[in-house]
Amino acid sequence: MSQVLNTPPPTASSASPTGDAAALAARYGLTVSGARPSLPAYVRQLWERRHFITAFATAKLTAQYSQAKLGQVWQVMTPLLNAAVYYFIFGVLLGTKHGVPDFVPFLVTGVFIWTFTQSSIMAGTRAISGSLGLVRALHFPRAALPVSYAIQQLQQLLFSMAALVVILLCFGVPVSASWLLVVPVLTLQFLFNAGVAMVVARMGAKTPDIAQLMPFLLRTWMYVSGVMWSIAATVKNSHMPHWAEVALESNPAAVYIDLTRFALIDSFHAHQLPHHVWALAIGWALLAGVGGFIYFWKAEETYGRG
Amino acid sequence: MADIIAQDTQPQDSAAGAASAAGAERVPTVVADRVDIVYRVNGTGAGRGSATAALNRILRRKQSEKAAGVRRVHAVKCVSFTAYRGEAIGLIGTNGSGKSTLLKAVAGLLPVESGKIYTDGQPSLLGVNAALMNDLTGERNVYLGGLAMGMSREQIKERYQEIVDFSGINEKGDFITLPMRTYSSGMSARLRFSIAAAKDHDVLMIDEALATGDRSFQKRSEARIRELRKTAGTVFLVSHNNKSIRDTCDRVLWLERGELRMDGPTEDVLKEYEKFTGK
Repeated sequence: MSQVLNTPPPTASSASPTGDAAALAARYGLTVSGARPSLPAYVRQLWERRHFITAFATAKLTAQYSQAKLGQVWQVMTPLLNAAVYYFIFGVLLGTKHGVPDFVPFLVTGVFIWTFTQSSIMAGTRAISGSLGLVRALHFPRAALPVSYAIQQLQQLLFSMAALVVILLCFGVPVSASWLLVVPVLTLQFLFNAGVAMVVARMGAKTPDIAQLMPFLLRTWMYVSGVMWSIAATVKNSHMPHWAEVALESNPAAVYIDLTRFALIDSFHAHQLPHHVWALAIGWALLAGVGGFIYFWKAEETYGRG
Repeated sequence: MADIIAQDTQPQDSAAGAASAAGAERVPTVVADRVDIVYRVNGTGAGRGSATAALNRILRRKQSEKAAGVRRVHAVKCVSFTAYRGEAIGLIGTNGSGKSTLLKAVAGLLPVESGKIYTDGQPSLLGVNAALMNDLTGERNVYLGGLAMGMSREQIKERYQEIVDFSGINEKGDFITLPMRTYSSGMSARLRFSIAAAKDHDVLMIDEALATGDRSFQKRSEARIRELRKTAGTVFLVSHNNKSIRDTCDRVLWLERGELRMDGPTEDVLKEYEKFTGK
């Protein structure tokens, strides 16, 4: 094979002389292939692909249980079983329920809302690195992937919410107008999740190891977010420093979980919520959503490198 | 060798001249300027297996990539060419010579290490395999694939019947409503091609492997490619089948070991290539 390196090209090539390439390209209005579009253009492209984003999310969701005999029934069964396990451990064995009225609805709401954030972030870490084939084969704004995974989790959550309504009614929680508050809360939480998913998607694209680390971070985050215990009740009875209290209460996961509990469960009162809770919920959503989007966009042209 | 090409100051000449009529202005659609593409592969270096080596790699960030166990694969080396509207360009070369990699970079799907690629509009690779899901029915995959390629729902609805008929999936029964995992490999290849070929492209790039399916489907797909060629401004075709290169292309780029070895009219290049491969 030495001839490969030694023989000069037998014919003259048609390559443009160096330096003139840019000029030639400019004269005919050619643009750099794979260059990052401006932020407004990027948003527009993403909007144009909205049907792909939702179709991809729905497809992933349906494909998930398509081989199971019970099929889509698992969409509701999985969260219910999940809640049952947590109830058994924390409600029956450990007895965390002391002092929390309506413990089962309290716990199940916490688990479902937390799972929404957790799985969005987990899916986000693999959104680019797990879809390299897609990224290397087709053109679309790459943010479509993490967003699509977040939407898939939102759809999953809607199934969980249906299960939750059944649980709430079974445990005698009255239906009330405040249930409607769930809509803005989940919208904000979705924004937050999608934003964080985009941040970890960029990190995961560069360093796939993030996906190994994430479960541990998420589990720690879960235990401090008051999924199985009441932050308000704990804070009241303990002598922790003020900053720790504030940190616990303004943790975004805790904010969305407690707001949903407040909306759904009549025995969960407003005084159990931290101060300025809606400002916190909106603030986290905007910070993560907008910040995450810009952070993701900044590396748009590099996705696809293995 | 590629440097020689790059420094070659000859005016645009004979090489691709056959493609367009003399006198008429030749409009470039793709300009590649000294393109290098490097793949980085993690975890190939010695010592990767041991935990201390891995830790070492993380702690000492500033060390050379080689010491970090990252292997660099220089897949395309300093390749320059200009493609013009109306040309059909074949890419040839032995396995692993960088043909597909170069196409992906032209399509803007793979970042280049250095150099620049300028294109007119958005070149697209013919293929949607990666967007399709085996657990979904053929029908839903048609929609998913179409959307992934950037078609609108209405466009897909319009072409849906055409796509299904072209794939011939339903010739043996109502298979389009079954999950794709139940298809034979030939059947799914046919459906994939039919979805991919449903869209019109400005700069179209076709990566070999079209020789799937039975004889009658091959004939149909060749006809479809000719049709696509008519509507596309410029066509790139990667193939190991010299006959299909001869049939479709009027200019050929020959890549070997990532370097552009030859660029010229189909016959000239193929003659050299056949000599090289000992055919």
